[in-house]
Amino acid sequence: MTAVPSRNDIEVFLYREAALLDNWKLPEWLALFTDDASYLVPTTTLTRDASPDSSLFFIGDDRFHLGERVARLGKRGAHAEFPRSRTRHMVTNVLIDEHVQTAAGVELKVSAAFSVFRFKEGNADHFVGCYYYRLLVGSDGSIKIREKRCQLDMDTLRPQGRISILL
Amino acid sequence: MNPSMNASANAAAAPNFLHIDQKNGVFQVSRQAFTDADVLEREQAEIFDKCWLYLGHGSELKNPGAFLTRSVGGRNLVFNRDSAGKVRAHLNTCPHRGSAVVRERSGNAKFFTCSYHGWVFAADGAIRDIPGAESYAPGFTSTGRANLVAVPRLEQYRDLWFVCFDVNAVSLKEYLAGAVEYLDLISDQSDKGMEIVSGMQEYSIRANWKLLVENSFDGYHAMSTHSTYFDFVKNANGVLSQANVYGVARDLGNGHACVEYTAPWGRPVANWVPAWGEQGKAEVASVQARLLAAHGPERANRIGQYSKNILIFPNLVIVDVMSLTLRTFYPRSPDYMEISAWSLAPSEENAWMRKNRLSSFLEFLGPGGFATPDDVEMLEQCQRGYRNQKEAGWNDVSRGMLATEPQTVDEHQIRVFWRRWQERLQGQSSAPARTAEPVLAK
Repeated sequence: MTAVPSRNDIEVFLYREAALLDNWKLPEWLALFTDDASYLVPTTTLTRDASPDSSLFFIGDDRFHLGERVARLGKRGAHAEFPRSRTRHMVTNVLIDEHVQTAAGVELKVSAAFSVFRFKEGNADHFVGCYYYRLLVGSDGSIKIREKRCQLDMDTLRPQGRISILL
Repeated sequence: MNPSMNASANAAAAPNFLHIDQKNGVFQVSRQAFTDADVLEREQAEIFDKCWLYLGHGSELKNPGAFLTRSVGGRNLVFNRDSAGKVRAHLNTCPHRGSAVVRERSGNAKFFTCSYHGWVFAADGAIRDIPGAESYAPGFTSTGRANLVAVPRLEQYRDLWFVCFDVNAVSLKEYLAGAVEYLDLISDQSDKGMEIVSGMQEYSIRANWKLLVENSFDGYHAMSTHSTYFDFVKNANGVLSQANVYGVARDLGNGHACVEYTAPWGRPVANWVPAWGEQGKAEVASVQARLLAAHGPERANRIGQYSKNILIFPNLVIVDVMSLTLRTFYPRSPDYMEISAWSLAPSEENAWMRKNRLSSFLEFLGPGGFATPDDVEMLEQCQRGYRNQKEAGWNDVSRGMLATEPQTVDEHQIRVFWRRWQERLQGQSSAPARTAEPVLAK
C-alpha cells in the first residue's frame, strides 16, 4: 500500500506547480502530467460534471494537445503570449476530497481555489475558480497530475477575452 | 487627410470614412471609424436598430416552455417557446415599472413572474395575473399595455432566428439575399436538422467590433497570424496537405459576403485527416455517403470539402472550417466588444464524431484555442495602433482590388462589408445595385 500524502505534501506540490507556471517553465510543468493526462477548462455556464466530449469547453486538452499547447507557447508565433505576460497563480483552500488505492499507487481527488492574475501592456486580468485535480501518487511518493480541471467562477470571459496563459 | 463630409442631402451629416479609387486599386478606411464615439452612436441608430440581427437557434428551445435570455442589439431579450410550441421573443422588461422579468439565463417555464410587484405573464407574453388588479381601471389587462412587449420583428431561416427592431424592414429572406445559398449549404450538413451543442463561449476583445468582422473572413492573415496552428496541423497529421488556403471570395448582397476555399485541416462534415485515424476515416466516409445520397456528388463535395467563412451583415459570422461555429458580437464602446460563440452540429451525429468535432473546434477556435487568442491579440494591437491616427490615419484594404476573380486571400469580402457599412451609416437602408461579382469557379 502506498502512503497517502499529507495535505501539506499536496500543498507544496501545488505551490511548486504554480511557481513553474509563473516562471514560464512550461516543459517542466508539462512533465508533471501523466501520459494519459487531461487539462480542462469548461465554459462558464457548464456544470461540474460536463464533458468536453459532448459540451463546448474553452480548453479540452488530452496529453497530446497539452504537449502541443506547451510547444506553441514556446514559439514567437504565439502572438497572444509573445512577448510573454506576467502571471501570478494563487492557490488556496486545498482539500484532499478522496483517495483510492490502485495497482499503480494512490489516486487522490484534490480541490483548491485559485486566483490567477495576468498582466500585460497596461491590462490586468483576473481568473478565479476552483481546480479539481486527479493526482497519482507512486510508491516512491512521486506525484503526477492525471487531470487538472479549472472550473471558472466568472460569469463570462469578459473582459479577460482569452485564456492564452495556462491556468 | 481626414474623412470628408459627404455633400448629399440624405447623408444627414454622416462623414465618408472610405477613400476609394476603383481605377487605381485604392481602398482606404479611416481609422476614425474604429475609435469615434459618434460613429458608435450612428452604428447603433443606423445598423443595430435597423438590420436583422441573429437571436438564436431553434434547437436551443427544444420543448414548449423552454426559454433563455440574450442580449441583442443593445436590448435584453427573452427567447422562448410558448406552451403551444411557438417561438417568441420579448423585451425583457416589465410593462409595469421596467424590471427585468426573467432573471435566469435559461430554463423551462409556463409563466414568467416579475419579482418586483408580482405581475405574471404567460409564455406568449400575455398578462395573466396582477396582484390587486381591482385597483386598476376596468379593462386594464385587455388594453395590451400590461403585456410583455414583443420584439417588432421575429423571423427564421432554417431554424436560425433573427430579430429586427425596425418595423419597416424588408423580410428576413429578402434581407439575407445571396447569403441564403450559404445558409442552405450549412444547414444541409444534416438531414435531420442542425443543433447547438451545449456550452457557449462568451468572451471579449479590447478592440472595435468591425475588426472582428474583417478578421472573421480574412484569408490573408492565416499564415502569419496562425503559423503555430499550422505547425500543429502539420505535427498532428505528419504532413501539411496544402500550404495555404485556396479559393474565392464572394459578395452575397446587402453587405453579406463570404470566402469559400480548401484548407489543410480536417472537417467533421466531411474531410478526413490522418490525425483522426482509421475510425475517423470510416466515420467521415459515412458522413460523405449520407451527403452524397441526399445531394449528389457536386453539392455533397461543396458541403463537405469546402471551408466557408460567412458574414451576415452586420455581425453574424458563420465559420465552417475545422468545426462549425456561429458567433455574434456587439460593441460596448468603440474599443471594446463582447462576443458570443456557439458550436453548431448535425443532430444525427454520433458520439465519436461529436467528440472529434469539439476537439477540432478547440484546436483552433475560441479564447482557449491554438489560433483565436492570436486573433484577439492582433485585433487589440490594431486598436492600439489607431491611437496614432492623427499622423497615420488610414487602413489599406485594397488587396486583390484589380483581380478579375477575387481570391480567399484577397480583401474583396472585407470591402463588401465596408461599402455597405458606409451606406448604412449614411442612412441608406436598401443597397444600391452593383456590378455582379464573378461566380464561384468549381
